[in-house]
Amino acid sequence: MSENIYKPYLMKIENIIEETSDVRTFRLKFKNAEDAEKFSFKAGQFGEYSVFGEGESTFCIASAPTRREYIECTFRKAGRVTNGLANLEIGDTVGFRGPYGNTFPIEEWEGKSLLYIAGGIALPPMRCVIWNTIDLREKYKDITIVYGARSAADLVYKQELKEWEERPDIKLITTVDPGGQTPDWKGEVGFVPMVLEKVAPSSENTIAILCGPPVMIKFTMPVLKKLGFQDKDIYTTLENRMKCGFGKCGRCNVGKVFVCKDGPVFSYEQILSLPAEY
Amino acid sequence: METIRKLIRKQSLEKLYNQLSASRKVYAPVIATDKQTEYKYNPAFADVTFDHIRSTLSVKNVVFPKVENLFFYSNAKTESTITDVDINKIPEVVLWGAHPCDNAAFDILSSIFCWDITDEFFSKRLEKLVVIGLGCHKSDEYCFCTSVGLAPDSSKGSDILLIPLQNGDYRADILTEKGNNIVELSPELFETVGDEKSALTEVKQKFSHDKVTTKLATAFEHPFWVENSLRCLGCGACAYVCPTCACFDIQDETRGKNGKRYRSWDSCGFGLFTLHTSGHNPREVQSQRWRQRIMHKFSYMPERNESLGCVGCGRCSSGCPVDMNIAEQLEVLQNI
Amino acid sequence: MNNLINKAKELLESKSVQVVIGYEAGPTGIVRPVFITDPLKADKLIYDDRCVQNLAVYLTKHEVKHLGKMGIVATLPVMRSIMMLISEQQITSEDIVVIGVSAEGTFLDIADMKIMQAYIEKSDLSNPPKYKELLAELNKLTPEEKFAYWQKELSKCIKCYACRQACPMCYCTRCSVEVNQPQWIPVQSNTHGNMDWHILRAMHLAGRCISCGECGRACPVGIPCHLLTMHLTDQVYNYFKVYAGTSEKMSSVLSTFDPSDKESFII
Repeated sequence: MSENIYKPYLMKIENIIEETSDVRTFRLKFKNAEDAEKFSFKAGQFGEYSVFGEGESTFCIASAPTRREYIECTFRKAGRVTNGLANLEIGDTVGFRGPYGNTFPIEEWEGKSLLYIAGGIALPPMRCVIWNTIDLREKYKDITIVYGARSAADLVYKQELKEWEERPDIKLITTVDPGGQTPDWKGEVGFVPMVLEKVAPSSENTIAILCGPPVMIKFTMPVLKKLGFQDKDIYTTLENRMKCGFGKCGRCNVGKVFVCKDGPVFSYEQILSLPAEY
Repeated sequence: METIRKLIRKQSLEKLYNQLSASRKVYAPVIATDKQTEYKYNPAFADVTFDHIRSTLSVKNVVFPKVENLFFYSNAKTESTITDVDINKIPEVVLWGAHPCDNAAFDILSSIFCWDITDEFFSKRLEKLVVIGLGCHKSDEYCFCTSVGLAPDSSKGSDILLIPLQNGDYRADILTEKGNNIVELSPELFETVGDEKSALTEVKQKFSHDKVTTKLATAFEHPFWVENSLRCLGCGACAYVCPTCACFDIQDETRGKNGKRYRSWDSCGFGLFTLHTSGHNPREVQSQRWRQRIMHKFSYMPERNESLGCVGCGRCSSGCPVDMNIAEQLEVLQNI
Repeated sequence: MNNLINKAKELLESKSVQVVIGYEAGPTGIVRPVFITDPLKADKLIYDDRCVQNLAVYLTKHEVKHLGKMGIVATLPVMRSIMMLISEQQITSEDIVVIGVSAEGTFLDIADMKIMQAYIEKSDLSNPPKYKELLAELNKLTPEEKFAYWQKELSKCIKCYACRQACPMCYCTRCSVEVNQPQWIPVQSNTHGNMDWHILRAMHLAGRCISCGECGRACPVGIPCHLLTMHLTDQVYNYFKVYAGTSEKMSSVLSTFDPSDKESFII
């Protein structure tokens, strides 16, 4: 039987974490051991997650490729499929198609320092590459993570953040929007671009990886340029509407690229060469 | 395979048609009651038209149907299952009487569906398709095949191409093994060809597609797009009638616990096409969507696939309720 | 026609409007909408019996509205659509200047909505004669024959939504078919779903349709879907004795309760 590229793997939900009131992380395992054996992916790639009867939704694979027993995804309840997913329980079946897309070129970054900047629900696409580089820690120099959300309650991966904070070989700066802090909040207060400017990490031999809503990216880019980062050393992910995941349905076509094939990871230099349709 | 040229008389053509129609599915053009040309499966030979310029809908349906079931599922919480569609059930289809523009589209569709990873639904249908094309003895003001590198007698995509002759018979150009297999069914119908003159129409070139592609590389911000798309209604008519448009949607449909996932035609002209769940839409207004249509077909595809996304059939223009005439727009565009 | 062009020139030169929406003949001779912003280009405007498209559909289109105040060449159906759009609060009379054209093709000076209303009220508002005939033919069929007719026609529908996009009253930013929680109408084209779509649209237009026939004319595969909406126009008139598009303050017949409404279907 030749391969049906639209047919998903059947996955079992092994664990559900309620990150915030409307954000969930699912840990998924392949139902079929053979599929698990053959499957591999790299940091930055995404998948199409199905709820049969509702449809498919595009999320990055949020776990690290170095941890092969499961894959994880994190999503916010926003529409039909994500609400359908949020109604599922441990043990239920989810469809998964992937891995699709390109990857963060972490091999090219070896020997350099890494500056990760994320906002809100955009930490998931980064979590994969953060864990990947932490698992290969000796290959990189400094690792700095700047992560902000609207409020303390909206921070995702709270457990992870604690672990990263406790590690001496990672510098973690968390921030919440003004008014989002709780009385016992110990992190920064302020929007991500402003906190970044305050912390002023060095751009010397450093790669900046940036994920967030369009407005955050819009205001963070000038700060990075001010700090001396070059376009080719800034990476981000484009989050266009995607459906098939392999460059055929046409939805994510921007200029001559398909975000699902040539992305979603792009350097800022590449993005500047595209029409502003993302 | 080297092209073999034969003569096939009109009466022999009828015999060939009847033979094919008796043993397999033949998709042939007929004139419907409202004077439109449409393709039907196995019409009587007397109803088959050789006189059409273009059918309303393209023939992409034979390889890219408007609805294609991808798989069936049963939604059972912990025990959900997937049942495959048996693509071996896809029958052989003989496409009869489609013009060179339509047939050239199969290559373009292949460059989308068979690129990188193969869509087996498309590739199986294409594998089972035999194309007996028909050169054009008529054309009208909407035709512009010669502007996109094709002609009324282009052989691209055909397995046998019938060229109308001035004496009413046809020259049969046998182009592929599949075409040869058809001939082998009744070789006596295919006679030696002389130098009878063909009765092909002439299609004047309206624009240079090279010039257009070059112009488009720097025309993204030009006011041309807004000025020329104000009347565009934003429907999907042009994309749906187009032989090379292949954008699709994927949807689930369930009744009770069982359902299917299918893909169906979609259009970049719809506002929903690029809409994010957050409400952000990279192409918020119609001029951006019209620009995408032209850029995709004449700039992005040539750069990416090395083929244009258009065969010059003119269906988009004749089917458009507000005369968004693509050839007219490109004629203007190449000179801006 | 000269009066039409002169009026358009005058409106643009005086900056009373920033765009005049009218008809032109394209290079192949096909009549289509034109958007004149430069008074020197006003000569492109034509009016003859080929000019049938309902231009009011552009009054709610973002990129046209954005140009500023709009002058619009308005035949009777366009005038009625304008009345409907105003009474449904999609445009105001301040957004537009009406350049009237009579059924005979002569220029009408429509200075304000009151004059337009007077013109509409003295016109025949029932379905145009050629559609009346077609509807009468259809209504002679038995219910089974009618159903078979529409099944056959609607099986051709490819769900391109040209009918919806051409209709001035289909201005919803999120159409019912674009809602997916739940998906009321199947996305794909199949006979059953196509019937659902067209019946839904006809019902959403009942009491609002002004019988311009644009939906049927726009259909690329030739489905006479305008007969569905026009049939309901007749039905609405039978029950409520009201035709749509006659004043700026029409209340919607199907969502307004009036104690004097006929209740013969339940009493």
